[in-house]
Amino acid sequence: MSDKIPIIKIQNIKKSFRQNDHQDLLVLDDVNLELYEEEIVALLGKSGSGKSTLLRIIAGLIKPSAGEVIYRGEKVTAPAAGLAMVFQSFALMPWLTVLQNVELGLEALGVPKVERRTRSLKAIDVVGLDGFESAYPKELSGGMRQRVGFARALVVNPDVLLMDEPFSALDVLTADNLRSDLLDLWQSKKTNIKNVLLVTHNISEAAALADRIIIFGANPGNVRTELVVDIPHPRNDQNPKFRLLIDNIYTLMTTSAADVGTTYRYKTLTLGYRLPNVQISEITGLLDMLIEPAYRDKKIDLPVLADELHLNIDDLFPITEALEILRFAQVSKGDIELNVAGKAFGDADILERKKIFANHLLSYIPLAYYIRHVLDERPEHRAAEERFLNELEDYLSEDAAKDVLRVVIEWGRYAEIFAYDYNTGQLSLENPK
Amino acid sequence: MALLPKQTYTKNEATIWSIPNYWDVIAVVLVFTFIVLAAWGAKQMGAPYRLGDIIPISLNPIYLPTYALRTTMRLFIALFFSLLFTFTFGTLAAKNKHAERLIIPIIDILQSIPILSFLSITVTGFIVIFKNSMLGPECAAIFAIFTSQAWNMTLSFYLSVKTVPSDLKEAATVFRLSAWQRFWKLEVPFSMHSLIWNMMMSMSGSWFFVIASEAFTVSNQNITLPGIGSYIALAIAQADSKAIIYAIFCMLVVIVLYDQLLFRPLIYWTEKFRESQDDDDEKAPRAWLVSLFQRTKILRSTTSLFSKLADIWINLQPINTKPKTAIKKKLSPLLIKINYFVLLLALASASIFIWRFVFANVPFAESRHVVMLGIYTGIRVMSLIFVSSLIWVPIGVWIGLRPNIAATIQPIVQFIAAFPANLLFPIVAMLIVTLKLNVEIWVAPLMVLGTQWYILFNVITGASAIPRELKLAAANFKVTGFLWWRRFILPGIAPCFITGAITAAGGAWNASIIAEIITWGPIRLQATGIGAYIQTNFTAGDFPRVALGTMIMCLIVLLINRFFWRPLYNIAMERFGLD
Repeated sequence: MSDKIPIIKIQNIKKSFRQNDHQDLLVLDDVNLELYEEEIVALLGKSGSGKSTLLRIIAGLIKPSAGEVIYRGEKVTAPAAGLAMVFQSFALMPWLTVLQNVELGLEALGVPKVERRTRSLKAIDVVGLDGFESAYPKELSGGMRQRVGFARALVVNPDVLLMDEPFSALDVLTADNLRSDLLDLWQSKKTNIKNVLLVTHNISEAAALADRIIIFGANPGNVRTELVVDIPHPRNDQNPKFRLLIDNIYTLMTTSAADVGTTYRYKTLTLGYRLPNVQISEITGLLDMLIEPAYRDKKIDLPVLADELHLNIDDLFPITEALEILRFAQVSKGDIELNVAGKAFGDADILERKKIFANHLLSYIPLAYYIRHVLDERPEHRAAEERFLNELEDYLSEDAAKDVLRVVIEWGRYAEIFAYDYNTGQLSLENPK
Repeated sequence: MALLPKQTYTKNEATIWSIPNYWDVIAVVLVFTFIVLAAWGAKQMGAPYRLGDIIPISLNPIYLPTYALRTTMRLFIALFFSLLFTFTFGTLAAKNKHAERLIIPIIDILQSIPILSFLSITVTGFIVIFKNSMLGPECAAIFAIFTSQAWNMTLSFYLSVKTVPSDLKEAATVFRLSAWQRFWKLEVPFSMHSLIWNMMMSMSGSWFFVIASEAFTVSNQNITLPGIGSYIALAIAQADSKAIIYAIFCMLVVIVLYDQLLFRPLIYWTEKFRESQDDDDEKAPRAWLVSLFQRTKILRSTTSLFSKLADIWINLQPINTKPKTAIKKKLSPLLIKINYFVLLLALASASIFIWRFVFANVPFAESRHVVMLGIYTGIRVMSLIFVSSLIWVPIGVWIGLRPNIAATIQPIVQFIAAFPANLLFPIVAMLIVTLKLNVEIWVAPLMVLGTQWYILFNVITGASAIPRELKLAAANFKVTGFLWWRRFILPGIAPCFITGAITAAGGAWNASIIAEIITWGPIRLQATGIGAYIQTNFTAGDFPRVALGTMIMCLIVLLINRFFWRPLYNIAMERFGLD
């Protein structure tokens, strides 16, 4: 592909967000990427990996801290004419009808009224929304709303279509339907679109649509690796080649480049580690499932597990990560396997479980240990949550710090290693009176 | 889908503003400077005014329709300017961080300044500008009405624009809408719903002041403008109860007319695209005017003409220039520092000016006396909020828990709220005189007469928002009696109730200027309070004292808001918010 001229060139993009006076949070680190004609590229990563931020930088909505985006030889500093975007939340104006929503981009271009109308009607026709021109978005189902989103993007005749998780707010059937319509449109070459950049966290979606999959790593976001898919459309998800591809992606996403080929090693966490946003019931639920005889003593394929639980990776990964950092299971190369502690936890009764959990929490999650330590040291055994929040904000953004503290408080309360009073925001060692 | 701002029946307060905030101080000084400057100007021009021919007011009901028309004109001219103000300053505050810091506290303070003070200090200025013509008092009246309408509209618009969902903003940017298009296609429609509610509230509220601003005495000179307000004032002066009844009837007709012809269709339009929050139990409001337009051919073509005009308006080429880059440049830090320094200097000199103007004319000791008067009025306001809460909370809860009754009663309450309470003053005056009641106590109810409805309305809203399951759970566990109130209902309605009480208290302060002195023919009753102080000095044309009274009242209201209501509101939201 290197002999072709890229439509979009992303060079050494860095992005950090200001979080307080002293500290910046790095979200994207040195991202390089090129987009060529005639390809659908999927940007695949966990949520919070910065892939949506990258898309917004390409769209000219956010300014990068360093590096530049070149679109057809010109630096992108504002939304460019040839780029159109489709949003996860559809982003339709509720007060405009379908037709008026589609006309929006043309009005901005100053297209005369009559031409505007004919072009918009044609675009509505292409996405199959004939007859709904005068409907308001609230009258439409999610799938139909996203069709309006497509029509609005198509009508301005873009040559790159940027899609930000366009199917993730839809139910499975609708999403499938819309995906295949998108493919048909793409293959029919009825539009001017030369490249589609699709941001997604859904592995099978990326595998089903993309010609090239960019796997995005998190903290800070970076291009981890890239896969070229040469399975012809339509892709059948029972096809062995396709299944292999999915397995491959899972492995790439659960294994960081550093520990390929080495023996399994648990991560050692730091105080500011971004704990996954996982509830106790999800941890115990997954453990309960994994100690069933069918799974108990083997490595389970994560795609299989996700299928079984009807979960997206975005929902499954945080839970497996929680099991891993709490050292109840080993996760590597797209597989998960319970360890001795995990099995013991699964077999124990409620009170015993709490003891095991408390033990692991204090031993392996430095933040939990630290909170308990501070409470133990203080004569009155209490501390305000702000104290820990401030500490966490040295490592994390304000929102992330809040999330992490909430998670550790929930885990800690379950384990009964400390108590928390919502009204006062105080952590303490005493039980509520 | 974007969640549109929830409709509440209260004036918008700048509740998001944190305390304490030094920008407040700047805003206070700025607003006070304006007041004092105007008062100073008024004092300089203290010569007797030469007005044009004064049109005599007649109590003959034949003239009422003309008067009503003129009054309504004034209301709508003021509303137009309020909208203009809202769109300009609301947008500026929402989009520019530096402007926001100044505009929002200023509006917050302007909100707590009694409307009649605006009238009293600006009227002379307007008279001088439009010499020998009634246009001067006319403009002053319209300005006073404007001040009773604009602030909450601006705050509502500002809050809406601030909360436009980021995905919609991004869509507007990606599809490269110009700032002008963005304003009309995104920001205005998004804010429409709460803006219309606030416009309705403003219109209701301004009736109260129309009566005061059409007929007033300044520097011992009577000024009357033809309108319902003057008609009522004359009827009060002549103790003509029949004329009062005519006026009440006429006002009802006017209120019904503009409600049905303007606000209902507008609300209908916003409801059309709103995602209903309470599923299906909220019936779409009927608007017969809209149906008429949809069904009649001629009228339908007017609608399409309007949409064509709107199209041209929004897509005007010269205004729709595109910015070169979407990313804003920052001001240089040095420039900002210089700006702040200049501001600080201006503040210092303004403070000195205020001090010298006021205390050159008023002995300093009097300000202590005025503060005491303010405290008297404050005691009245607070005890009235307490008493009306005792009355309206149980009634509101009773209504709110019964959806059918609530649906019928809500429009009625809205309507009553629009009814200017000062029309009932004569009745109270007669009662006080005939029953020989204590004036100090019994004028007080007049202050909340117009604003108590906010408590009722908000309690109804709060009680009907309590989820059905909670009610069932309370019944299931046999939670009754005192426990039912303490553990279930009161926490459940707390945020709504406090919002209502804040609005009611604000209105009561404002009404105190009118309510602490009431007249009916030869009867004149005066209570001790800061409202009476301001009104007496206004009539006498003593501008430094009007300025002093206004500023002290404003400070007291601000302090109560910042240190009592707002913390209370925050606690209620955090502890008992149902989201």
